[in-house]
Amino acid sequence: MDEEREKLPQHTPEEVDASRRQFLRNLGVTAAMASLLSSGAILEERRAKRAQAETLQTPPSGATELRGTVAVTLQVNGREHTLQLEPRVTLLDALRDHLGLTGTKRVCDRGSCGACTVLLDGKPVYSCSVLAVDAQGKKIETVESLAQGEQLHPVQQAFVEHDALMCGFCTPGFIMSLKALLDKTPQPTAQQVKEACAGNICRCGTYNRIFEAALAAVQSMSRGG
Amino acid sequence: MPQQKTKRIKTTITVNGETREVEIEVPDIEAAWGDPRNMRWLGKRIPRVEGADKVTGRAKYTYDIQLPGMLYGKILRSPYPHARIRSIDASRAQRLPGVKAVITDLTREVKYVGEEVAAVAAVSEQVARDALKLIRVEYEPLPFVVTPETAREPSAPRVHGGQNVSGGNPRERGDVDSAFRRSDVVVHEATYSVPARSHCCLEPHGLVCQWQGDKLVAWASTQGIFSVRDELAGALGIPASNVRVICEHMGGGFGSKFGARSEGVICARLAKHAGAPVKLMLEREEEQLATGYGPGVTAKVKIAATRDGQLIAWESESYGSGGVGGGSGIPLPYIYPVPNVRTRHYDIATNTGASAALRAPGHPQASFIMESAMDDLAHKLGMDPLEFRLKNDPNPVRQAEYRLGAERIGWHRRNRVAGQAPGVVKRGLGVASAIWGGGGGAGSRPTVRIDPDGSVEVRLGTQDLGTGTRTYVAAIVAEELGLDIRQVKALIGDTDYGYSGASGGSTTTASVAPAVKMAAMAAKERLVAVVSQHLQANPADIVLADGKLTARGGSEKSLTWQQACALLGKEGIEVQGEWNANLQGSGVAGCQFAEVEVDTETGKVRVVKIVAIQDCGLVLNRLAVESQIYGGVTQGLAMALYEQRLFDEQTGRMLNANLEEYKLPGSLDMPDVEAIVYDNPTGKVSGMGEPPVIPTAAAIGNAVFNAIGKRIHSLPITPAKVLQALGKV
Repeated sequence: MDEEREKLPQHTPEEVDASRRQFLRNLGVTAAMASLLSSGAILEERRAKRAQAETLQTPPSGATELRGTVAVTLQVNGREHTLQLEPRVTLLDALRDHLGLTGTKRVCDRGSCGACTVLLDGKPVYSCSVLAVDAQGKKIETVESLAQGEQLHPVQQAFVEHDALMCGFCTPGFIMSLKALLDKTPQPTAQQVKEACAGNICRCGTYNRIFEAALAAVQSMSRGG
Repeated sequence: MPQQKTKRIKTTITVNGETREVEIEVPDIEAAWGDPRNMRWLGKRIPRVEGADKVTGRAKYTYDIQLPGMLYGKILRSPYPHARIRSIDASRAQRLPGVKAVITDLTREVKYVGEEVAAVAAVSEQVARDALKLIRVEYEPLPFVVTPETAREPSAPRVHGGQNVSGGNPRERGDVDSAFRRSDVVVHEATYSVPARSHCCLEPHGLVCQWQGDKLVAWASTQGIFSVRDELAGALGIPASNVRVICEHMGGGFGSKFGARSEGVICARLAKHAGAPVKLMLEREEEQLATGYGPGVTAKVKIAATRDGQLIAWESESYGSGGVGGGSGIPLPYIYPVPNVRTRHYDIATNTGASAALRAPGHPQASFIMESAMDDLAHKLGMDPLEFRLKNDPNPVRQAEYRLGAERIGWHRRNRVAGQAPGVVKRGLGVASAIWGGGGGAGSRPTVRIDPDGSVEVRLGTQDLGTGTRTYVAAIVAEELGLDIRQVKALIGDTDYGYSGASGGSTTTASVAPAVKMAAMAAKERLVAVVSQHLQANPADIVLADGKLTARGGSEKSLTWQQACALLGKEGIEVQGEWNANLQGSGVAGCQFAEVEVDTETGKVRVVKIVAIQDCGLVLNRLAVESQIYGGVTQGLAMALYEQRLFDEQTGRMLNANLEEYKLPGSLDMPDVEAIVYDNPTGKVSGMGEPPVIPTAAAIGNAVFNAIGKRIHSLPITPAKVLQALGKV
């Protein structure tokens, strides 16, 4: 048993660790692979893997390779900011570490929990899975933009009144997902509310209160509140 | 000084999931919460006072702290489940521009994938990650074992050198063997199991450490600011008074965030070496690998009742794994009194990290095992599961809760015979119960301060885990002084604010609330003394309400709050409070009913509805208590259907150290939940953060049994297990 284990290939941590930068750069390739796999063509899959490996070494033609730090201009909450960033910096990290907008939370950093949700041209996106350089020229809205002074957005107000938060770490993400929904669908059904939050995880377990708050916000908005 | 009057009281304490009753001596001071019907804040629905900060993103968690010149810390972790470290060469990392500190002396032997090996601090997270990749570690891999089943075998690799299996001392009462042999009893035997589960705190463990000379300020995402302080002081060899710990908001702990832990000591050391503040927040994979987990348990059970349904005997042999440390003990038999009992529990070491307390440690596991066995035995007896519980549960609160819950879920709709539901998608109902201590203890030293300008502040070094501590601290003072809650500033989450204990075992409310009440009463007494002189009234006749102080009974003269406070000298009023046993109670009761749909073609279980009833004595904030019930139910549902830590026996690695393959419920998985706060007129406050998570999984499991007539003996109840139970795969 132990002998067998000894024979297993021993990878160094570097070999095992596929870097996040490569991961993001190859999102397109991965998506292509998924469709090949679904057709069940194993040889095709191997060819795609080889192609992927080659892609890692040389940037595809037409792509720009960015090195060092670059000037990145972001339009955040109605204001323009120009930052000097490494090209691998995500939109999430640019917002939090470079603009001090820490309302957007980092939880999984790989697009599975929704705590980092911001609106990009009105659409909810996981800011951990968008490079800051790719968010240039787009309108970025974070949770900090919703309240007008002490006047909370109806969704925020309803979250407070209905106690739709406990530890509060997932809260900004849920609020941005719901803001995106209500901007597009002012009178959503309960099911639409649930679907709008389907990409957000709450560990404290406030989901039912969030649904309640969202529907209360719809009511107060339709009253012009 | 006059001898303080004391009295002896009985209270329950919970240590590592073992709840026992102890007798303690406490000061005997007349104090009572009063009639909840006359209260303006307490017992009402109070939105949390930090709500606006949390919904706007203004609330600063440890993860959000940014300091000038701050560096980012990262930890290099073992890729091996067990290895000796032959050498570490960090010279290339040291030379990488932007790297300011490197630590390589953490350990010479690692015992699980994810154990700390080395650490760096650098000017950015990206540079810190690059630096970790430049550290060369030569490992000598050693034999390992990651599942308790394999670790129990005599030939299994040793985790610590000694035996992997410990414990197993029998605990016995009554005459078990004769009870099982009686001719008038029905016996049921089976094995039930619950897997290990991760806490998945959304804000990971971590700190920001800043040295000011030989003093350390640490922001920590923690359940115990004072335990972080003491652990840091001990590990760094400095006086505790040199360490200040701050936790204004924290993103979830669930039992995993006590003490500074290794990442805390590493962060403080990196900051010392670098001469700059360091932020070290764990990344998601580290969080899932190395911050503890609730241990899994497997129990072989034998249970017997007389033919008319009286429990008479219990025997169980159980084992669980606390990994490289931490126990896995569970309270069996659970809740229902059994006269003849024999239990043995074994702890088994594995190379899977160390277990930690996880919301009601040991209880949800015990609940699934006990309540499943109860229903299986009721089935054999031909008895209704609810009737069986009513017969065997002497707790008067739960007796009332069972009846209320049965009505709310529509218990009459259950399948009289399990599995007799018609159709492909079968419905079923189930029930299970909860028990908890919830008592508090002495130690909290809150300060209430009233200034001559009328401002009011209450300070205490406790912490708010999202449970609403800050809100009831403010509400108790507002209630006592007859103010609006917005007029009271509640300052918590800083060791500079006066001692309070760590938040665990649902002890915070019963420890903190009485002390805050006593401080507020003392402040009120001082203010009333001044005001009664001014109004020439008897102090006992002064009433504080609606921001006014009124002399009842004669003149009805009154002062506004501002006028009254203006009578105070420049020093105002500043008083401390001490815990008072007369204000706290312990022993809370709950039960839950579940309705499920089981698709017998896909094996998928959908939870349709949960009715959850919980008592906590005197309710301080109804809104927050309901939220705790919602939260408990959601985590219990996750345990029932989704959660389990999975390990690969070949590599010793955790297969789902993330938030996509470690399954948690999302919005579309949520049932209708009816959270009912059972008003138990004890007149005393008790904690209740933990009990609502205890019975959910068991109630769901029993509902599945009621739907399909087959028992799923291990959690989570996956479609594959359901189809297997139905004989379809």
